[in-house]
Amino acid sequence: MEKLDWSNLNNMEAHSSEVFVIGLTVFFLACIIGYYVVWSVTPALHSPLMGVTNAISSVIIVGAILAAGPQGFDTSKIFGLIGVVLASVNIFGGFLVTYRMLSMFKKKTKKTKEKE
Amino acid sequence: MSSNIVAILYLISALLFIFALRGLSHPESSRMGNIFGMIGMIIAVFTTLMFKSVLSYYEIGAAILIGGAIGSFIALRIEMTALPQLVAAFHSLVGLAAVFVAAAAFYDPVAFNIGKIGSIKIASLVEMSIGTFIGAITFSGSVLAFGKLQGTISGKPLVFKFQHLINALIFLLILFLIVLFVINQSPIIFWTIVVISILLGFLVVIPIGGADMPVVVSMLNSYSGWAACGIGFTLSNNLLIITGALVGASGAILSYIMSKGMNRSIINVVLGGFGGEQESSSNKDNSDKIVKQGNAEDAAYIMKNADSVIIVPGYGMAVAQAQHALREMGDILKKEGIEVRYAIHPVAGRMPGHMNVLLAEANVPYEEVLELDEINHDFPMTEVSFVIGANDVTNPAAKTDESSPIYGMPILDVEKSQSVLFVKRSMATGYSGVDNELFYRDNTTMLFGDAKKMCEDIVKSLSA
Repeated sequence: MEKLDWSNLNNMEAHSSEVFVIGLTVFFLACIIGYYVVWSVTPALHSPLMGVTNAISSVIIVGAILAAGPQGFDTSKIFGLIGVVLASVNIFGGFLVTYRMLSMFKKKTKKTKEKE
Repeated sequence: MSSNIVAILYLISALLFIFALRGLSHPESSRMGNIFGMIGMIIAVFTTLMFKSVLSYYEIGAAILIGGAIGSFIALRIEMTALPQLVAAFHSLVGLAAVFVAAAAFYDPVAFNIGKIGSIKIASLVEMSIGTFIGAITFSGSVLAFGKLQGTISGKPLVFKFQHLINALIFLLILFLIVLFVINQSPIIFWTIVVISILLGFLVVIPIGGADMPVVVSMLNSYSGWAACGIGFTLSNNLLIITGALVGASGAILSYIMSKGMNRSIINVVLGGFGGEQESSSNKDNSDKIVKQGNAEDAAYIMKNADSVIIVPGYGMAVAQAQHALREMGDILKKEGIEVRYAIHPVAGRMPGHMNVLLAEANVPYEEVLELDEINHDFPMTEVSFVIGANDVTNPAAKTDESSPIYGMPILDVEKSQSVLFVKRSMATGYSGVDNELFYRDNTTMLFGDAKKMCEDIVKSLSA
């Protein structure tokens, strides 16, 4: 139990409802940022957008690592490790497939410029 | 590491994710954006590994390696035509991961600082069950979407009586179970919520199919974000909340754009059943109308003598893998001094931006690929429209026939160009099941056959 003090992003002393309200504030501000940022994405890149969002939504791996972290083996740790595997598939897969897509959008521009 | 440093590192990571999305506003800045995203993820993972409670580096390292190897293998091997399936499969993994993280938090609340077994904080329980619920729906919905896109399951929407009533009842049941779960914190109820949510995910996607698949894929994209958000609230982790909200907003906006591209509300799409009954809408008898049929030489002749050609690709081009042959055709025409451009309808293909990626894969310069509102006013000044594997998105009935199911949908005005070439396998209707009057016009030439074969034949005729 002495390990309790580590992951304290949410201030332990803070009342839990306060933590929730902070989370909610962050949530709505992030939604608004998301709204404007995504509308500025050019329609031609909507597929890469899905690839990137796919990869970054796997930041859920953070939770999985916390669950898989402690030594020894229990249910929670196994779930955590499964979570890490699943999220890693997505992180690597998502970023790589996006990279592949985006490098296609590069190649031809150079090619046409050379042609001209 | 102090919690302040952790919070700041997570904040940096969140900012990098925002820049990753921002980079996509232009192809030139997009690659840097992708790199920002990767750096953000690396920071997030390493910061978490630095936590005092995280000790099992070998197990976690092995898990990352296994997952990473699988993910990399798939991502490097996948055909660009199969992108929609891949994305659906990836969404299902995010959903499933969310369920596992929620379960882990439930079984070891101490590790997540949300209480003790049997006495987890109420707020955490609510957030946990919502995260689980959305995660499970994302999982099963995406699995079904994957099956439909891959063709292992019929892509046709499946509609049955009382469908929406049943879904609504199941939703209420889940709400009831969540309340119960918060009260008695029983593992049995937790897993019941998981199972029923999985069932609901299937039921929600079952009635949607065909041309609505882009909306489904975007919707599931959105769900995967909200699932991450739910977990973020459970763990009081701002990075997860921010990222989840970004992804959720992104998927929601894409769904909106796709629905608008079909002149339908998201609710209408979600209720599903569109394009199911082919016979009902194509009841007009067209058997006596004359269709002008042509071959590759005719098409080559018509385009060679034109000044400008607009190519309208659709899902049929993707299925036939015709993008490379098509680009070759475009190149020859350009060498002849003909202006060649590509017109992309927002809902062409099976996921947002799918056509752009396929054309990019075939080395078509992105400056030549234009969106509906950028190019639509150019059709009257265009001599030839070359429609390949698209149908509904060119159907003038969307503007003229109020009884048509696609009435009001924005279309590419190919009928305004001097002549139209249609590459199609047969006279079959598109996903909407609506007959296209364009086929019977005097200035339309139908080119029946496989899209790829047709393009190759045209290339041969052009170079002859």
